[in-house]
Amino acid sequence: MGAKVVTITSGKGGVGKTTTTANLGVALARMGNKVVVIDADIGLRNLDVVMGLENRIVYDLVDVVEGRCKLRQAMIKHKQFPELYLIPAAQTRDKSAVSPADMIQLTDHLRPEFDFILIDSPAGIERGFRNAVAPADEVLIVTNPEVSAVRDADRIIGLLEAENKGPGQLILNRVKSDMVRKGEMLSADDVTDILAIRLIGIVPEDESVIPASNSGTPVTLNEHSRAGQAFRDIARRLMGENIPVVPVDEPNGFLRRIVKLFVSGNDG
Amino acid sequence: MREQTVVIKGIKDGLLISLNPTEEWNIVTADLAARIDEQMAFFSGARVTVDVGERPVRKDELSSLKALLERRGITLQAVSSESHTTIEAAIALDLRTSNISTNHARDGVDPEAEGVAFIVNHQEEDGSYGIMIRRTVRSGRRVHSLGHVVVFGDVNPGAEIIAGGDVIVWGRLRGNVHAGANGDENAVVCALDMIPTQLRIAGHISVSPDEKRRKPRPETAFIRDNQIVVEAWK
Repeated sequence: MGAKVVTITSGKGGVGKTTTTANLGVALARMGNKVVVIDADIGLRNLDVVMGLENRIVYDLVDVVEGRCKLRQAMIKHKQFPELYLIPAAQTRDKSAVSPADMIQLTDHLRPEFDFILIDSPAGIERGFRNAVAPADEVLIVTNPEVSAVRDADRIIGLLEAENKGPGQLILNRVKSDMVRKGEMLSADDVTDILAIRLIGIVPEDESVIPASNSGTPVTLNEHSRAGQAFRDIARRLMGENIPVVPVDEPNGFLRRIVKLFVSGNDG
Repeated sequence: MREQTVVIKGIKDGLLISLNPTEEWNIVTADLAARIDEQMAFFSGARVTVDVGERPVRKDELSSLKALLERRGITLQAVSSESHTTIEAAIALDLRTSNISTNHARDGVDPEAEGVAFIVNHQEEDGSYGIMIRRTVRSGRRVHSLGHVVVFGDVNPGAEIIAGGDVIVWGRLRGNVHAGANGDENAVVCALDMIPTQLRIAGHISVSPDEKRRKPRPETAFIRDNQIVVEAWK
């Protein structure tokens, strides 16, 4: 049986694919899974930076595919989790250096030894996307609660359906609950209403994400981060645990409304 | 009036364009280009079979015809001809060659007819030809039919439905829709929830009003007094 290959994609750029991949990789490894994360964004690699492994790269994905090194040599072991590996993208080449068949072959080599293989897809719907999706058993589509990102996610789901990769599951990233409450931002319901696919997680906007990514320590390692908690929940859902997806901030939303009422009452 | 050089009609797998076999090639192709440009929305994305009759068409001529169509978003899928030269040229360009009997293909087309003549291949009741889609039509997908289009699902923003006849959406219509794309002003658009990005019927265009939080209701759109009106679907 072996590993489950999970591709993280979005269509639109900048919605948080790489952050999601790094965090899910770390969260899954921390729960005792053997994990490989693969950066399929050849020419614009980032995953190594976010995971804090940039300075350890010797060989990359293209070196493996073109036979300049063994697969093992391109796998960088994580500093903290010995069961977590990264296969970085090449920075000096482009997407055409790898084919969908190469990706299938590569993941087939890795499957027997691991529990999860996560693939960070590039933005777009061209060759890089097709490379990333070709070996996937499951596809996670990352989107933000804004119309243009949802539109692109819809396009991606259509393409996945055409390739029989199922509709995939949705991660709604960077949700600001106060804006949703004021009706200034799309809610989870608004988004699933259009996309009509299963929601696997809602990640709240969290200021600790960017410094964590900059320093190469994914935010999910921070126990106090709400985004980090959301990524841990998604990881557990990927492992088959049944954790309900609740809209961000619902539990204390009521409380806060009472506080607001109280404060505005004082003002008046 | 000069004899019509270009006749276009619907066949089972796309459009059949019959080019007059005796008129000068340059004139015929220029007429074809003009015809397509007049009805850009209808032709865009179409797959066509070109019938040149007994005219021998050289490989370079055929290849420039193919390019002319491609520039307008049309795929040349097959070539039909009684000339060996043409068939060889088509094979050299890796195009399918089809053996539509030209006499049969011209049945029922009035050469004096104005605009484009779309004759449905089926000898059924007029207008009974159409396609049924049993899924959500997502962004980036384009559905193109000479007849009616029925969608059993949603039409999402960024999707396009173009029909020669009516468009019925058993779901939410949020994308672009064009009914009566060949000029039929009697075409209608119906949806369980009508909020299209843009709605066209024949040559008329309208957009949905900016309403926040409305209750979905079945509606139908049609042309009355030269403009598109939307009413409750009864």
